[in-house]
Order: sequence, then C-alpha cells, then structure tokens
Amino acid sequence: MEQFLQQVINGISLGSIYALMALGYTMVYGIIKLINFAHGDVYMIGAYVGYFCMTNLRLGFFPSLLISMLVCAILGVAIEKIAYKPLRNATRIAVLITAIGVSLFIEYGTMYIASPNPRSYPRLTGFMAKSYQVGGLTFSAQQILIIIITVVLMILLQLIVKKTRIGKAMRAVSLDRDAAQLMGISVDNTISFTFLLGSALAGAAGILVGIYYNSINPLMGMMPGLRAFVAAVFGGIGIIPGAMIGGYFIGLVEVMVSGYVNSMFRDAVVFAILIVILIVKPSGLLGKETREKV
Amino acid sequence: MLEITNLHVHFGVIHAIKGISLTVNDGEIVTLIGANGAGKTTTLRTISGLKKPSEGTIFFDGRDITSLSAQERVKLGISQVPEGRRVFSSMTVLENLELGAYLRKDRDGIAKDLDMVFERFPILAERRKQQAGTLSGGEQQMLVMGRALMSRPKLLCLDEPSMGLAPLLVQEIFDIIKDINEKGTTVLLVEQNASMALQIAHRAYVMETGRITLSGTGSELMQSEEIKKAYLGG
Ligand SMILES: Nc1ncnc2c1ncn2[C@@H]1O[C@H](COP(=O)(O)OP(=O)(O)OP(=O)(O)O)[C@@H](O)[C@H]1O
Ligand SMILES: [Mg+2]
Repeated sequence: MEQFLQQVINGISLGSIYALMALGYTMVYGIIKLINFAHGDVYMIGAYVGYFCMTNLRLGFFPSLLISMLVCAILGVAIEKIAYKPLRNATRIAVLITAIGVSLFIEYGTMYIASPNPRSYPRLTGFMAKSYQVGGLTFSAQQILIIIITVVLMILLQLIVKKTRIGKAMRAVSLDRDAAQLMGISVDNTISFTFLLGSALAGAAGILVGIYYNSINPLMGMMPGLRAFVAAVFGGIGIIPGAMIGGYFIGLVEVMVSGYVNSMFRDAVVFAILIVILIVKPSGLLGKETREKV
Repeated sequence: MLEITNLHVHFGVIHAIKGISLTVNDGEIVTLIGANGAGKTTTLRTISGLKKPSEGTIFFDGRDITSLSAQERVKLGISQVPEGRRVFSSMTVLENLELGAYLRKDRDGIAKDLDMVFERFPILAERRKQQAGTLSGGEQQMLVMGRALMSRPKLLCLDEPSMGLAPLLVQEIFDIIKDINEKGTTVLLVEQNASMALQIAHRAYVMETGRITLSGTGSELMQSEEIKKAYLGG
C-alpha cells in the first residue's frame, strides 16, 4: 500500500509535467487545428535556458523559471509568426510538415550550439533539496515544488482564459473564427497570444523536468512531447481541463507500468490507451460529440 | 452610408459576385433577396471584411473601406449577424453579449446597452448564465442579434434572421428589426422570406447568380409580376 501511494506521488509529479505540455498542444490545436510538433522542442529549450541560467548565470531556481518561460514564450510566438502564419490558408498537411521541419530545426540547431551530449542538471539547494517523511511516505521537496508550481500555473491559466478580455477572445476564435472576427477580434493577435501562453507553460515544464530527471539533451522533447500529445487527445483535444486530466493520467500510467510491470512497456501501454480512447470515444474523455443545431 | 460599386468576388475559379453595385442610405432598411446560391451571404461577408473582393470598391460613411480588416470595419460601425446563428456555443449568454462589445472601452455605455438588449430580449436576461449552445433556435437568433447590437453599430447587416423559425417567431423578429431601425440603426437585411422582408424594407435589391437583376422600393417590388412569380409564391 505504501509503495502504491509512493508511486501515486511520483505519478502526479511526472503527470504535472505532461499536463503543462499537454495544455500547449490543446490550446494551439483548439485555435488553429494544428498539432504543433515543435512544442516538445520548445520544452527542451526551456530546460536548456533553465540550465544556462542556473549554471552560467548562477541564478536561483525561481528567476530561472521565469526566464525560461519568457524565452519560450518569445520562441513560441516567433515560430508561429515565421513558420505557421504564412501558411494560414494552406492545407493542413502542409502546416503539419512545416511543424515537423521546425521541430527538427530546433533539435539539430540546439545540438550544433550546445552539443548533442546530455548535461546533468544543477541540483537544487537549501530547503528545495530536502525530503520529508510523512507516515512512511517520502515527499521530496522537488516533487512538492513541481506539483505546486503546476497547480499555480494552471490556476493562472484558467483565470486568463476565463476572465480576461484576451482569454475570452481565445475561446471565441477557437469556437468560431469568422464570428469572432465579426466581433472585432484580431485573429492573428489571438493566435500569437495562444502560442505565447502554451510555450511559456512548456518552458516551465522543461525546467521542471530538468530538476526531476537531472539530465537534459537536445532530443529530450520527442518522447515526452508525444506522451503529452496523447494526454491532450485522451482528455479531448482543444479542451483545457481535458489536457490537465490527461497529463496526470498519463503520468500515473507511466509510473505504475514502470513500477509494477516493466518500464520497457510504459510507452506501449500509453499508446494502447490512446488507441482504445480513439475507438471508444474519439473526441476524448471530456470531448463533446459535435452536433449541429438547426 | 454604404456604397458598393462594381463588386466582384471569386472563390478560386468560381465567380460568385459579378459586378454588383448597391447603396444603403442613412436610416434605411434595405433588403437583398434572392434564391439559394445567389451570392447574398458572400456580399455580406465582403462588406464585413471576411472575404476580399477581386474588384470593386466599398465606401462607408464616405470612406474607402475596401482594404480594411474586419476589425477596423467593426470599429467604424458595421456589425453583422451571420447566417445560421453562430453563437459561441460553450460560452454563456452574457459572455456572448460581452464579446459583442469587444472593441468598446466605455464601461458605462456597455452596461447601458446590455440593459437595452435585455429589455428588448427579456428571455436573454433570464438565461444570462446559460450556455449559448443550449438555447433554442429562436433564442439563439435573439442572442446573435443582441450581440451584434452590443457594438452599437451604425449599420446592422442581418443574414437570413428568420431561417428555420416558426411563423410567430418570424413575425417577432421582423418587428424587432423594424424597431431597431426606428431607433436609429441603418439595416441591410438578407432574406429568403421575400414577402416579409419587402413589407418592412424601404428599398430592395433582387440578386440572381451573382448579379443584381432588379431594384426598387419595397412596395414597388411587391407589386412586380416577376417578383410575385419567383419569390412570393404566386
Ligand atoms: N467558401 C466557398 N468556396 C467556394 N464557393 C463558395 C464559397 N462560399 C460560397 N460559394 C459559392 O458562391 C455562390 C454564392 O454563395 P452564397 O453563400 O453567397 O449564396 P446565398 O445567396 O447566401 O445563398 P443561400 O440563400 O443559400 O444562403 C454559390 O455558388 C456558392 O457555391
Ligand atoms: Mg446565404
């Protein structure tokens, strides 16, 4: 039992990271129906920026987190403006291939600049390096930090999307782009803002995964990116709470399979779940079957 | 107020609008009628800036708006109620109405106009917290009209507001359009329900496969034999 609860805690920490990434996939998909294959690489850049801030600049964890988020936000907006915006009226397959191109460009660009070798992430110090025993369970301060930061970011995101003017514009554009334009909403600005939010969250996920696994490399975004994408589909792509639930779910599945079965199987199980979901409920856990009202 | 000259619109190789000219004067209700596929919706979308014309000009209040963005046109006072009741379905009635005032900054004015909309459509006030997608068809039509009024438009363009509604409700919608117009908003009304539209319109245009084939005052067209045969069922 204790071991199980311990795995749950681990699963929630890992799931937090997937949830943060899945949010970016889901928001971008919601607004331009694009699976942004470069999203996992933005997360990787977030991890590298965090590494650079903490080692070379000797900044603390929190300033590094903010800088990672900021750099990734700018990167995300730049990717959208340079690579996707000129293709606004192109076929979806053209945009998808472009996204894969952007992904490869960032991965191999990073290898060129920062070398392909893995780097070990700086360890946290002070209270953030401790761990706490509660009734036989071990909570590392890192895990608590990951969970709390994720929850805070999710609450902030919900507030932005639900309460602010630009958040309402985001929802309007994703529901009906033409009708949104008739309200006077600028579709371009709204799309940029969506990339900004999603990429900032990916940046946060990147630095958090750095402290979780202690190791980063230029291709680290590929598999977690796919898993986070599965999480987004699982919850219902385009639906923000769905991405959160999906992220935690995939995190838990991964940890449970690694802990009780064999870590070789974890991705097989994740993708098997994806297939089952697509068969049973193609619109995802929270997805609505689209019906037209006449 | 609105002056369209020699407008052409293409969808790829399809020549949907073939050189139409049309005017809407201050304070009028002008209706644009025609069969399915005549190009009415395309005309409204071009006026609102959702579709770029391949040729021709659109002037609004004496200003050339042909190359302005949809956003700038809303700012100038053009509001459109699109075809098919496009509510933001998973947002509440109130949020839908607030989006109608997206470009406005005058909080007091917005609050006042919201009261005005609720007064005009009391059902919306009752349902303000309800998701727009769960409203009935008639309620959704009222919502999109209320939403369009929230920008305080000078020109209100309506695309088939009576489509799919029960006769009693159709009458109500037309009464409301007339009333909106009497309170000072100019109206451009696209309709397939020609008899109702001609009754409330000051002037009318008839469109057929991308061209305007007839125009005149509402009562003139109602008397016209051609119109009677083609659109008024007799
Ligand atoms: N997105 C599009 N792509 C290609 N052709 C289009 C498109 N939209 C409209 N058309 C064509 O343009 C013509 C005019 O269409 P439009 O929707 O403006 O007609 P309408 O008068 O509004 O018809 P209805 O009364 O059925 O709404 C039609 O032949 C239609 O097939
Ligand atoms: Mg139409």
